[in-house]
Amino acid sequence: MPDTGTKEAVKQYAIRLGDDALVLGHRLSEWCSYGPFLEEDLALTNVALDFIGRARMFYSYAAELAADGSTEDTYAYTRDCRDFSNLLIHELPRGDFAFSMARQYLVDAYNLAYMESLRQSADNTLAAIAEKAVKESSYHLRRSHDWMLRLGDGTAESHQRLQRAVDELWGYTPELFAMDALEQQLADAGIAVDAAALRPGWEQSVAATLAEATLQKPAGDWEVSGGRRGIHTEALGHMLSELQFMQRAYPGLQW
Amino acid sequence: MSDHMKLFEVFIRSRRGLDHKHVGSLHAEDAQQALEYARDVYTRRSEGVSIWVVNSSDIVASQEGDCESFYDPLDDKPYRHATHYQLPEEVNNM
Repeated sequence: MPDTGTKEAVKQYAIRLGDDALVLGHRLSEWCSYGPFLEEDLALTNVALDFIGRARMFYSYAAELAADGSTEDTYAYTRDCRDFSNLLIHELPRGDFAFSMARQYLVDAYNLAYMESLRQSADNTLAAIAEKAVKESSYHLRRSHDWMLRLGDGTAESHQRLQRAVDELWGYTPELFAMDALEQQLADAGIAVDAAALRPGWEQSVAATLAEATLQKPAGDWEVSGGRRGIHTEALGHMLSELQFMQRAYPGLQW
Repeated sequence: MSDHMKLFEVFIRSRRGLDHKHVGSLHAEDAQQALEYARDVYTRRSEGVSIWVVNSSDIVASQEGDCESFYDPLDDKPYRHATHYQLPEEVNNM
């Protein structure tokens, strides 16, 4: 690592990516035992575990860079809402199955392109994590893309639910491609992904999928952001109160 | 939902050189989805190098009631077993 400034920035970056993975992984894990049928229940929780595993790798790396006694658990269990820097789309409540699948598709398409790019990172650890994530995301995308077609081009009710989900999620997608000073600095150094550059490819493949699934592309006349700055929706606090309960009630508790 | 779904039988080859082995069944809308689910349901600990899924309804199985007609006649053909033959003394160590 060249200098302490960059090291601190990489740590923050790793925490961001860890937060994205943990929050989405937790939302998916909420489906455990509520899946529409057994096979899908197992598949959903399997994907949830992929994301939680990804969070652990990013957090562990951040802890290593921090070298202040922090561990992966410090980041997951002892920070409050304002310290979480995940993108907002990940924290939205799981909703119905169509909502969870629509979100999954939108972020899987993003994640695959993102991790393919992060694989080229000048930071070897980030590149190695991305290498593993690419394989997982290819599989996630195959699944969620499949569900977009099944639900969108399925029954009248599944179509209507999926369209509503896409409409509700759409305003959260511009944030996926926003770059702030920290990420721009790291992108210039060849460490972080230039998310803005991924947008045209993502929009093209999402538009193709929506068309194939007989869905309307939303107008895109509203958008929200703030996750990277710790400005969250109401949903995140409720989620963390469950996720962090044991460590909050019994600090340092070990299994 | 699984009432409307098809049943598939899953076969997994655990290592190169071995045969595909029946590991169980699952419900899915079609063969492609069955293959995806087979991965989640039956290969969670990275068992397997290859998966087959087969429509359960495509399997033609012998019935237990057919046992007599299927297998009993074989009892009359002891010459199909090697033990039926008496070896000449000269080849005692075969």
